[in-house]
Amino acid sequence: MKKIIALTSIIITFCTQGQAQIFMTRTGFIGFYSKTSLEDIKAENNQVYAVIDGSKKNLAFSVLLKGFIFRKELMQEHFNDNYVESDKYPKASFTGSYSGDINLTSNGSYKIMVKGNLTLHNITKPLEVPATLEINNGKLSGISDFKLKPEDFNITIPSIVRDKIENDITVHVKIDCNTSK
Amino acid sequence: MKSIFYLFLLMIFSFSAYAQDSSLLKMLNDSMKVHEKPFYVSGTFKATHIVNMQTIEAPGAGALNFVIQHRFGQLNSGSYNFFGLDNATLRLGLDYGISDRFAVGIGRSTYEKTYDAYVKYKLLRQTDATNKIPVSISLLGQITYYTLKYPEKPYLTDNDRISYTAQLLIARKLTRNLSLQLVPTYLHYNLVATPGDKNNIFALGAGGRMKITRRMSINVEYNYLPSGQIVSSDRHDSFSLGWDIETGGHVFQLVFSNSQSIVETQYITQTTGRWGNGDIYFGFNVSRNFNVTKKAKGSKH
Repeated sequence: MKKIIALTSIIITFCTQGQAQIFMTRTGFIGFYSKTSLEDIKAENNQVYAVIDGSKKNLAFSVLLKGFIFRKELMQEHFNDNYVESDKYPKASFTGSYSGDINLTSNGSYKIMVKGNLTLHNITKPLEVPATLEINNGKLSGISDFKLKPEDFNITIPSIVRDKIENDITVHVKIDCNTSK
Repeated sequence: MKSIFYLFLLMIFSFSAYAQDSSLLKMLNDSMKVHEKPFYVSGTFKATHIVNMQTIEAPGAGALNFVIQHRFGQLNSGSYNFFGLDNATLRLGLDYGISDRFAVGIGRSTYEKTYDAYVKYKLLRQTDATNKIPVSISLLGQITYYTLKYPEKPYLTDNDRISYTAQLLIARKLTRNLSLQLVPTYLHYNLVATPGDKNNIFALGAGGRMKITRRMSINVEYNYLPSGQIVSSDRHDSFSLGWDIETGGHVFQLVFSNSQSIVETQYITQTTGRWGNGDIYFGFNVSRNFNVTKKAKGSKH
């Protein structure tokens, strides 16, 4: 019985402690880039929602696809209407966890691995990518670069424009989070 | 027994960890809902024309749109004329987006050797689900000038050859596939054929598109001219069907119309063909988008 009480209290302590270590932002950044000899594509979104639970090492991202700004208006229209179909599937999201020990109370930079599921265009795929987390005076920032294949998410690119879009799209993620109350 | 109990506890713990994972996403999505901002609806129409009628769409800032509107002769003109394919009417047009809302365009059509120039301003832009603005409205102002020489009418001055169009283009993308447009139109002709004909003419156009695949749509347009405004010629309302095919920066439109002319001051009032008689002009519109300014081209990252 004692053991149970001890264990329960440990769990409770752990959970309540977790509440204090949630970092969040509504102005995270995701950009994606494709470079071919025919065309450069650059789309950026500064309204990325991200949350990191430092105690459980969990994290989640959510972003409205319509918020991606392209240099060419027609590209943006094609991205929304023909490729990701943002009217049907407005969001892309990621949930997962990270590995690596991080001291959330002192300043420092940490290399971590993020592992989870990415949902885009109604397709969910596992994703494992390296990232860097930085703790600076109680604030948490993170960056990650990785590549995605549109075809993995059932985004079909007509053969006539296939040469204008890279097979692997480079994705850059950058977030600056504050402690959530 | 104890180990089972611990296993049970472990299960609860892992479940709560899992719940935390998805509740993080829920927390984000809840926050997103609170801070939701409207987005402009895009792609109400794929091209700047339904068939002959202009749409609310205009090229983006710094984008140049080159349009070829081509009509063959009448389908019922017989095998000698290869069912109309021997003849052709053409309009070449250039549209340019000065800003995201304001565009200008020029064109030249073979029909009566006509030049046209227009300005288009996106007054209202429809917004999505949050639905603050239900429709898109663009204003169109156009001037046309025909240069065809009529030896029997040497008195025609430049001023006589000019006419004007003002249109209110009102469109709504009802679903991802269906868009409709209503176009109250005012036309002014500096010179009309007889005293019975009106210089100031009011018409009402309606059109729409229904997407059949992600990159194809079927288009319809009808231009209604209330009677009593033009009495000297046997004219008919212009009705057209089209099939849009979009590939990258191109939009290709196959069209059927009882109008041979392509400019507003001509197809609305001077259409003499009738669908019932087989006076149908087959043709196509092709548009190609070029990004000409540095900004529109997109700088290297």
